[in-house]
Amino acid sequence: MATIYIDNTPFEVPTGKNLLETCLTLGQDLPYFCWHPAMGSIGACRQCAVKVYKDENDTKGKLFMSCMEQVRDGMRISIVDPEAKEFRAHVIGWLMTNHPHDCAVCDEGGACHLQDMTVMTGHNYRNYTFDKRTYKNQYLGPFLNHEMNRCIQCYRCVRYYKDYAGGKDLDVFAAHNHLYFGRAEDGVLESEFSGNLAEVCPTGVFTDKTLKQHYTRKWDLTMAPSVCHHCSLGCNTTAGERYGTLRSITNRYNGEVNGYFLCDRGRFGYEHVNSVSRIRKSLVRSNLPEATDKYTALQAAVQAIRQGSIIGIGSARASLESNFMLKTLVGEDNFHHGVSDTEHDLTELSLKILKESSARTPSMQEVEQADAVFILGEDLTNTAPMLALAVRQAVRQEPLLEQVSKANIPVWQDAAVRELVQTDSGPLFIATPTTTKLDELATQTYFADPDAIARLGFAVANIIYPESPGVSGLKNDDMHLAQQIADALMKAKNPVVISGTSTGSEAILKAAANIANSLIAKEKAAGIVLTLPSSNSMGLAMLGGHRLQSAFEAIENNYADTVIILENDLYRHASEGTVTNFLKSCKKVIVLDYLHNATTEQADVLLATGAFSEADGTLVNNEGRAQRFYQVHPTEEDIQESWRWLGELGTIVAHDQISWWHGYDDILSAIVKEHPEMKGLEMVTPPSDFRIAGQKIPRAPHRFSGRTAMRANINVSEPKPAEDPDSPLSYTMEGYRGQPPSSMIPFFWAPGWNSNQAVNKYQQEVGGHLKGGDPGIRLIEPDPEHQFSFSAAVSEKFNPMDGHLFILPMHHTFGSEELSAQSASVQERIPEPYIAINTDDALRMKLDEGQLMPFAIEGQLYQLPVKLSPTIASGTAGLPVGLPGVPFAELPAWAILNRELQWKPQHQTTF
Amino acid sequence: MFSLMRSMWLTFLHAFHKRDTILYPEQKAILPTRWRGRIVLSRDPDGGERCVACNLCAVACPVDCISLQATEDETGRRYPDFFRINFSRCIFCGYCEDACPTYAIQLIPDFEMGEYNRQNLVYEKKDLLINGQGKYHGYNYYKVAGMAIGGKDKGEAENERPPVDVKSLIP
Repeated sequence: MATIYIDNTPFEVPTGKNLLETCLTLGQDLPYFCWHPAMGSIGACRQCAVKVYKDENDTKGKLFMSCMEQVRDGMRISIVDPEAKEFRAHVIGWLMTNHPHDCAVCDEGGACHLQDMTVMTGHNYRNYTFDKRTYKNQYLGPFLNHEMNRCIQCYRCVRYYKDYAGGKDLDVFAAHNHLYFGRAEDGVLESEFSGNLAEVCPTGVFTDKTLKQHYTRKWDLTMAPSVCHHCSLGCNTTAGERYGTLRSITNRYNGEVNGYFLCDRGRFGYEHVNSVSRIRKSLVRSNLPEATDKYTALQAAVQAIRQGSIIGIGSARASLESNFMLKTLVGEDNFHHGVSDTEHDLTELSLKILKESSARTPSMQEVEQADAVFILGEDLTNTAPMLALAVRQAVRQEPLLEQVSKANIPVWQDAAVRELVQTDSGPLFIATPTTTKLDELATQTYFADPDAIARLGFAVANIIYPESPGVSGLKNDDMHLAQQIADALMKAKNPVVISGTSTGSEAILKAAANIANSLIAKEKAAGIVLTLPSSNSMGLAMLGGHRLQSAFEAIENNYADTVIILENDLYRHASEGTVTNFLKSCKKVIVLDYLHNATTEQADVLLATGAFSEADGTLVNNEGRAQRFYQVHPTEEDIQESWRWLGELGTIVAHDQISWWHGYDDILSAIVKEHPEMKGLEMVTPPSDFRIAGQKIPRAPHRFSGRTAMRANINVSEPKPAEDPDSPLSYTMEGYRGQPPSSMIPFFWAPGWNSNQAVNKYQQEVGGHLKGGDPGIRLIEPDPEHQFSFSAAVSEKFNPMDGHLFILPMHHTFGSEELSAQSASVQERIPEPYIAINTDDALRMKLDEGQLMPFAIEGQLYQLPVKLSPTIASGTAGLPVGLPGVPFAELPAWAILNRELQWKPQHQTTF
Repeated sequence: MFSLMRSMWLTFLHAFHKRDTILYPEQKAILPTRWRGRIVLSRDPDGGERCVACNLCAVACPVDCISLQATEDETGRRYPDFFRINFSRCIFCGYCEDACPTYAIQLIPDFEMGEYNRQNLVYEKKDLLINGQGKYHGYNYYKVAGMAIGGKDKGEAENERPPVDVKSLIP
């Protein structure tokens, strides 16, 4: 700790930081542009100047850029010094010379860092009267809008895009005062993290293109804390609504999960909520078209439940509460997971590993601190994008610790650090079926079939800790690689093993667990991260339930005749024939969902549920962190949360438990009572009767406009504002104006800070944890008492089969996830279906790039264009998962290549 | 006694003064141009809608009686998709006119808006938009803004240099 004097007031501050972050942490208002807490300082914009004095007798002082100056004990500085203030006002005056007169038509307006800083420095009137510089804009794809005139040359965009996120196609061009930030030519930004540019850019050069289509100022949005539903990582988001439709997703800082950034799937996938295929009315199919109201639907459902014997199928994308409610309604024995059996087994195995292993699963921010990473089988950029971004930071750890600390450069000195480190990166080993975007950072890559990957993993574990089972018959090269990986992991302070369910291989997960536990056995602070298929896979696994196959069998064997399907398109989890058969054999099919799909088409009773922005609930992410998402806006009476529908059904049929639950909090306490291992769930957020100074927390900012005109076209008499019985948040702008508890911050705002950078005021220290601790409660912690037993299930070597290909699942950031694939902007980025096969195999089979290849998996026929891959193992092939036009198959699986028979053109009979 | 007589005398004199009251509605009041009455949306000198749907009037409104939604035409020109003023709430304070960066929203000297049905006091864009520039002549926001719209490309606004040639190194 050091004592510094800001304008003669002493403050106790931690050392090692720069003056700017220290001042911001202390709550001082100091303007800045080029500095970003996640990216460090480069001292380019000269905006954060302060006076620094030699000692208490020094009255003159010198101007310093606070972002480039390290905190020293006894330092005396002045922020309000007239000379410093005038300097800052001048700098912003220069930055503004070419800034266009655009605020009224600029999407950043009202949430603009440049506006905030201009006001903060007091540059109220422009005194530049000459011509302004202009630029042509570029087309940057469906996510971002480009308006280059507004640029103030702070370099944040290229520093983020290239240095932080590893993008290749955004750069700075031209020279002197003609700098141009964009692509070499018009085109889609390739990075999966491009959307963050909209938040990184301090002004309106890069703005959210999806927001532009239904533009709303930040002050007009009704916002609520939400959790991303598009992968298992559970990044925190802020969802904003206006006039009944969802308008935007912005980052909600969580110092342990997503930090300052989101991936494009999470940021732009929200449009599925506004999609035309939304289910907005409940219906009873036998009684169409008139039976489309809530009570008829409820009656029909109740009748079906009373008359039949029911089973329930849960969902990995529905909240914990909804799944639990269904489980209670149908009974524990009749509750099935609506995921394919492979997925079911792998998720359960992952849960078991996290529970029983002695290695802790680190949060994403902890992964960034790892100094050696071994990835087994996961293409992170496509299955858990934000984790890939974390790994990108992790590879910088070792050079940071080794070189930078030796050179005595503070880590926030970004330019100096990058100059010193150059392209050096710490140990990162990637073993995957085919190339991934992280390969460029890897020390070594290993492309092989899942069995070989698992065998490599087992071999590494065996080298680290000989009690772990060994692998026989490994090639010399592989043995050498295993040795190299083991050495790197042993040398590191915080090694992390990353694996997951996306390859569909149990052996890989077990191998990863063995490595992590071997490291622990050698007293290393090792971590294991496992990615899961869906946003609530972990929560569903913790609730427990039977496989989907047994649901099919229950109907087939007349054990049950009625099924309740919760937010689930079964056609994405089992083969078409099976599901169609199953749904046909059911006497009554009750479906709760919010998007029309093949399953809802066959529902006898369809109940319209709320999408993530119209529902309250809890998701458990891949690290076992339970996080609450809040309803953003009131809905029409017909649309309500699945757990509320199921609760109403339970109350009508007088279910002995459900009838006693009144409201959200009761369900939470029931879950904890039923599942003691989920203790802490009720503490994730304050209860719904929580009030600060007797007031609720407003979802809308205090400047929210148009309240007395929004609905005036329907009726000039304004209705009473909707009430939210489930949470301490109110739907209006009335309520407590201070900072709410960290788990329920609807939006970041502080006086003078209208942009998202107001988050500085909500953090304990800049870039650290939120005040009061980061939201979310981890339900899984390793038990130090438990002795881990190494898995001995070392897989056999993979043997290709003649006339067959072993099909591996290939995931895509855009398209593989069900909900985001319904978003209009994401749809533009979904790749065409393909089958990736080894180049040598293709040569043998006389197939060329783009040629159609027919094959069959378990009777499901496919005919897809070939994509040649030099890396995918011979005898295996990659099939994209979940893309439109690729029917479901439980992967990995053997495919029969039967070119002659299956696709012979049928003879046309002519009469 | 004297003061009583004096007051009566003064009151009596008023009978011969010029009338302050007028015979409204037969005779119309003459209002100053800055009088804050009915709100209109004006057009720029080229006949285009002046409103760019920036929402500043709505946020300035102390009774929150303005609501609108921004949209864009195919050339990128922004305009309100709908623009609604609930005159049954309006207090005619004129803050919206002060806030407007484009002179679009203006308060005019007209107050004859009485209605029997309150619902009729909800004015939509078609009721608000006039076919002229209103009080402020000659201003066209898009002539000074940096955005390119139909008929005005980058560098063609007032006080703008032609777009930068990124490939040139000449100062």
